[in-house]
Amino acid sequence: MAKLESKIPSGPLPQKWSNYKAESLKLVNPANKRKYEIIVVGAGLAGASAAATLAELGYKVKNFVYHDSPRRAHSIAAQGGINAAKNYQNDGDSVYRLFYDTIKGGDYRSREANVHRLAEVSVNIIDQCVAQGVPFAREYGGLLANRSFGGAQVSRTFYARGQTGQQLLLGAYSALSKMVGAGGVELFPNEEVSDLVLVDGQAKGIITRNLNTGEIRRWAADAVVLATGGYGNVFNLSTYARQSHATAIWRAYKRGACFGNPCYTQIHPTCIPVSGDYQSKLTLMSESLRNDGRIWVPKKKEDAKKDPNSIPEEDRDYYLERIYPSFGNLAPRDVSSRAAMRMCDEGRGVGPTGLGVYLDFSDAIKRLGEDGVRERYGNLFDIYHEITDENGYKTPMRIFPAVHYTMGGLWVDYNLMSNVPGLFVLGEANFSDHGANRLGASALMQGLADGYFVIPYTIGNYLATQKPGSRPSADRPEFKLAEDGVRDVANRLLGNNGKETVASFHKRLGNIMWKYCGMARTKEGLEKALQEIPALRKEFWANVKVPGDGVSINQSLERATRVADFLELGELMCRDALTREESCGGHFREEYQYPDGECKRDDEKFGHVAAWEYQGDGKEPLRNVEALNYEFVKMSVRSYK
Amino acid sequence: MVAETSSTKNISTLTLRVWRQAGPDKPGKFVNYQAKDLNPNMSLLEMLDVVNDELTLKGEEPIAFAHDCREGICGTCSLVIDGKPHGPHRGVASCQTYVRSFREGDVITIEPFRAKPFPVIKDLITERSAFDKIQQAGGFVSVRTGAAPDANSIPVPKDNAELAMDAAACIGCGACVAACKNASAMLFVAAKVSQFSLLPQGQPERDRRVLAMVGKMDELGFGSCTNQYECSAACPKTISHDFIARLNREYFAASLRSSFKPASLSTGGGA
Repeated sequence: MAKLESKIPSGPLPQKWSNYKAESLKLVNPANKRKYEIIVVGAGLAGASAAATLAELGYKVKNFVYHDSPRRAHSIAAQGGINAAKNYQNDGDSVYRLFYDTIKGGDYRSREANVHRLAEVSVNIIDQCVAQGVPFAREYGGLLANRSFGGAQVSRTFYARGQTGQQLLLGAYSALSKMVGAGGVELFPNEEVSDLVLVDGQAKGIITRNLNTGEIRRWAADAVVLATGGYGNVFNLSTYARQSHATAIWRAYKRGACFGNPCYTQIHPTCIPVSGDYQSKLTLMSESLRNDGRIWVPKKKEDAKKDPNSIPEEDRDYYLERIYPSFGNLAPRDVSSRAAMRMCDEGRGVGPTGLGVYLDFSDAIKRLGEDGVRERYGNLFDIYHEITDENGYKTPMRIFPAVHYTMGGLWVDYNLMSNVPGLFVLGEANFSDHGANRLGASALMQGLADGYFVIPYTIGNYLATQKPGSRPSADRPEFKLAEDGVRDVANRLLGNNGKETVASFHKRLGNIMWKYCGMARTKEGLEKALQEIPALRKEFWANVKVPGDGVSINQSLERATRVADFLELGELMCRDALTREESCGGHFREEYQYPDGECKRDDEKFGHVAAWEYQGDGKEPLRNVEALNYEFVKMSVRSYK
Repeated sequence: MVAETSSTKNISTLTLRVWRQAGPDKPGKFVNYQAKDLNPNMSLLEMLDVVNDELTLKGEEPIAFAHDCREGICGTCSLVIDGKPHGPHRGVASCQTYVRSFREGDVITIEPFRAKPFPVIKDLITERSAFDKIQQAGGFVSVRTGAAPDANSIPVPKDNAELAMDAAACIGCGACVAACKNASAMLFVAAKVSQFSLLPQGQPERDRRVLAMVGKMDELGFGSCTNQYECSAACPKTISHDFIARLNREYFAASLRSSFKPASLSTGGGA
């Protein structure tokens, strides 16, 4: 049974982090830092910022990425913006307000102390990015511009057109490049992390497989940092990049790291709808569009197939403005996604499949002019046109919810360390700050907070307990065992004389997950999924066909190992959704809702984190619980009306 | 920048002439494939997915091609389609080129990016780490984490911020190199150098940066620029070749200044 200690420091909430840094955190002597080797897996926002900063401090860093370059991480695709409590807009923002909005946005299922820290360092993140030369949008006087995002009534989001993720990642990538050039970081591209190695119960290394040559290698370190992103690709169709996968965190789970709240998945309300069975991904239309766009469906079912420009104002139902007057079109993502579903269930959905709602800019164009709208969102309208061949300036865009982010992830304490000592988890890969629902523009904030301003302090606290030079050798039996395991899986998949492609299995898994563990979940549906997924997994191992060899690029083998892990993770997500008998944030159980369709939480029974512990293949995992104690925030019914 | 196409086209079959190469040191050749039952709204990469599924089931090796975000921002996809990097339309990456851009029965030639500093690894995938090496030589502002002043203490004129953002939009795909007959990386280097030369944050290292990045670019075997602008025509983000002019000015000024700059005589001491 894993021991889950959050290690939250005592004292008043606003001082916990600063007092902790000043008084409690152990330090590593500057001359000793270079004796420690740290492995950082992943170089998205969290990984690149962590690798660069740890190297600046003097640690020896090895950074592994499966891409050909760190700049390909999927953080690059984030569009709309990054939140920070600067209050440059003078509209009432503060660290406390950002903290409160994020806790409430998470439907009171996240740790107060972690979230307050996030709000505190948000201001430092903007400073750092600007200093790096990130070209944020500016006002005429030369100072930074802001816009609003969902779940907030202040304008606190900093942005760079509709490409904020790209610019923030390139900022972190530039810091990483600086340290690679200076020799502080050794970069290993094209290396997929296939397993984690524990020595005496501590995370002390990894096994990698080179994606160009197939070579399997062992690496030892004093600590391992996973910044490997989210697991939304378990649904196959999502806004994730095709290569995004969960193998590193899944291996860690199988080595004993508890997995927190796997069923908390985020469905983003504004994505371009599916147009065919061959579709490989769903494209995001940034939430920032909801600053100026208005969402509607026709009031009458028979108008659903009509040309939207022919539907008069009085026949349009601006349903978010109607149902949630205080937040309107900027209601948080889970609330907006479910509302869209309800409209479509009522038969008023638009587009060829009836699964779509309108995002209309005609009022914004009247107010700002087409050029004004183009200046704010230009590239997003271009993306929309590329994919649908429709002009968003002349006819309302069609959008529909799609899987976009995972709030769940590996459990970590206040130091971002897993229950496995020496294993640190950053960014989307961990479970900590967003509770049951993430607010827009906060993922970018969390990734950089973890990498720039948290891990550089907290990893020292762990390393100070490890004698310099005590790093185990990669010749140890634990490494050999893990390496052999990785080789065996690859060989087994390559040698399987099956008849069905990996892509087909991934699609089938995605369909099960979307149907039973998507926007609305039921006991019946989840129990069915818990039958269908193990059956599909068995079929996979018996019948998957993986062509090619293991000594050159083999994209089928890459996908096969990742889907094999998804076939286990998907089951855990359904189990988590089944045992959480309440609705909160992105986890909606039809049996637990208020008459108006809003989430019904059960704080007494479920005001906790479910941290699952692997018990072995074929065995049911153990559900550990970390109680969430709200000392400073009063839990209330989360309303955006 | 936006494709002028019709989505009501009836396209269901294309012949693909694809470059196959088993490894970096193996010879390559073109092989023909029939892509059938196509939907005009499929992207070319989704079309290749479908072709690959068929090849897999037939027991043949699927076509290896680089891809990831499938939304034109990560810079991974790198196909030359009928001789044009990223295909026939301006301002889009390979993943944003759709079957509807072609006509029923067309023969499409698909090759990897071709340039000496981008060796082919397999089929349509090339090795582009040379780009990272250029960035590592100077594509950054040297600021330690935590040392930054308040963000609004560095005002940036709006026009400069916009122009810097235009330059910063580069996705590092290498289409510019592939399109250039000299395999020059000037547009790529110009984008990064211009972004920083337009911003106050980039000033302290302005000279060092441009000299180091251009030096690295030359060292890695990229060719010289003869001002034909095939690069900006091929660029999926339509980065302007005006930035190359800016790069040339930066480089010239930095070279001049480095000849005359007094170097400190102190050789050491301090922390």
